[in-house]
Amino acid sequence: MPQIAQLPEIWSSQLFWLLIIFGLVYVVVGKTMLPKVMDTVGQRDSQIASDLAAAQAARDAADEQEAAWRARENANRAAAQGVVAEAKAKAASATETRLKTAQVSIDAMSAEAEARIEVARNEAAVEIETVAAEAAQDITARLAGVKVTKTAAAAAVKKAMAHG
Amino acid sequence: MAAQLAPEPAKVDPMHQFTVEPMFGSAGWEAAGFNIAFTNSAMWMVIAAVVLWMFMLGGMKRQLVPGRWQMAVESFTGFIDNLVEANIGKEGKKYVPYVFSLFMFILFANLLGLMPLGLVGVHPFTFTSHFTVTGVLAIMSFAIVLIVGFWKHGLHFFSLFVPKGTPLVMAIIIAPIEFISFLFRPFSLALRLFVAMMAGHVLLEVLSSFVISGWGAGLGFGVLVGIPSFVLMIAICALEILVSGIQAYVFALLTSLYINDAEHLH
Repeated sequence: MPQIAQLPEIWSSQLFWLLIIFGLVYVVVGKTMLPKVMDTVGQRDSQIASDLAAAQAARDAADEQEAAWRARENANRAAAQGVVAEAKAKAASATETRLKTAQVSIDAMSAEAEARIEVARNEAAVEIETVAAEAAQDITARLAGVKVTKTAAAAAVKKAMAHG
Repeated sequence: MAAQLAPEPAKVDPMHQFTVEPMFGSAGWEAAGFNIAFTNSAMWMVIAAVVLWMFMLGGMKRQLVPGRWQMAVESFTGFIDNLVEANIGKEGKKYVPYVFSLFMFILFANLLGLMPLGLVGVHPFTFTSHFTVTGVLAIMSFAIVLIVGFWKHGLHFFSLFVPKGTPLVMAIIIAPIEFISFLFRPFSLALRLFVAMMAGHVLLEVLSSFVISGWGAGLGFGVLVGIPSFVLMIAICALEILVSGIQAYVFALLTSLYINDAEHLH
C-alpha cells in the first residue's frame, strides 16, 4: 500500500503542493470566479422578481380600471333605468288623467241622453194614453152608442194598461 | 514449504497505481529540509485545478439568459449555495467559497482519476486516494470549525459537548463521548474519501487483471472469466462515477454541518 509505504518520503511534498494548489483554487475559483457567477444568478433573480412585480402592478392597475369602469357603467345603467321609469310613470299618469276626463264627459253625455230618453218615453206614454182614451171613447160610441166621458175613458185605459 | 507456496509476482499490481513518483527530475527539491518534489500527485492536482478553472471560465459569460455551459456552472454554484444555506443558514454565506472550492476540487479530482486516459498512454492519478491529501483537506475543515468556534463563542464552545437539556448526571457521561466523537471528525472525514476512492480503483484494477489473465490463460478462461469481469468493470465504472460525486458531496455536506456546529453550537 504505497499510501503507507511511501508516507515518510511523500507527506511533505503532498502537503506542500496541496496547500499551494488548493490555496490557488480557493483564491481564483472560490473567491474570484464564484462571486461573479453568483452575482450573475442574483442579478437574474432580481430582474425576474422586478419583472414579475411590474407585471403584477400592471395587472392590479388594469383590475382597478376595470372596477372603476364597471362602477361607472353600473351608475349609468341605474340612471338610464331611472329615466325610463320616470318617463313611464309620467306617461301612465297622463293617460290616466285623459281617460278620467273622457270618462267624465262620456258619463255626462250618457246621463243627458238617458234623461232625454226618459222624457221622450214619458211623453210617448202620455200620448199613447191620450190616443188610447180617444180610441176607447170612439169605439164605445160607435159600438155601444154610449157616450163615455173623456175622464172615464182615460181612467179605463189607465186601468187596462196597468194590468198590462 | 513456504518458499514453494510463495506466489509468483503478479503481472498486475493493483496497488501500483497509487505510487507517488517525482516528475521532471524534481526528486531532490527541498524547502527547509523537507522534500517538496513535484510528483505525479501534484501534477494531477494542477490538472484538476486547471480543468476546474476552465470549467468555471465557461460560467463567466454573465449572460442574462445562460447557455448550456453557464447553466451547468450556475447549477453547481447554486447547489453548494443551497447546501450551505440549508445547513448553516444566513451566516453560511461567507463559507460558500471554501465549501465550493472543496467540493469542486474533490469532484474534479475523483472524476479525472477515472478518465480512461490510459488508452492514450497517460496514467491518471487519483490524489484523493491518498490520506496525505484527504487528511490535509479534513484538517483544514476541522481547523476552520475550531477557529470559528473559539472565535465566536470562546470557551463557551465547549458546551457543544453537552447536548441541550441533558441532566447533569448524564452530562458527565455524555460529554466525554461527545468530545471523542468530535475529535474523530477529521479522521472520519479524511478516511471516508480516501477509502472510497482507493477501494474503487483497486476493484477496477483487480477486475482488469482478471480480464488480462483470463484471456492470457486461453479462450475458455477468456469467455468464462474475462468477459464477465469486463462487463462487471463497466458497471463498476458507472458506480465509481456516482461514488465520485457522492464522496465530494459528503465531504462538502459534513464540512458545512461541522461549521454549523461552530456557528450555532447546537
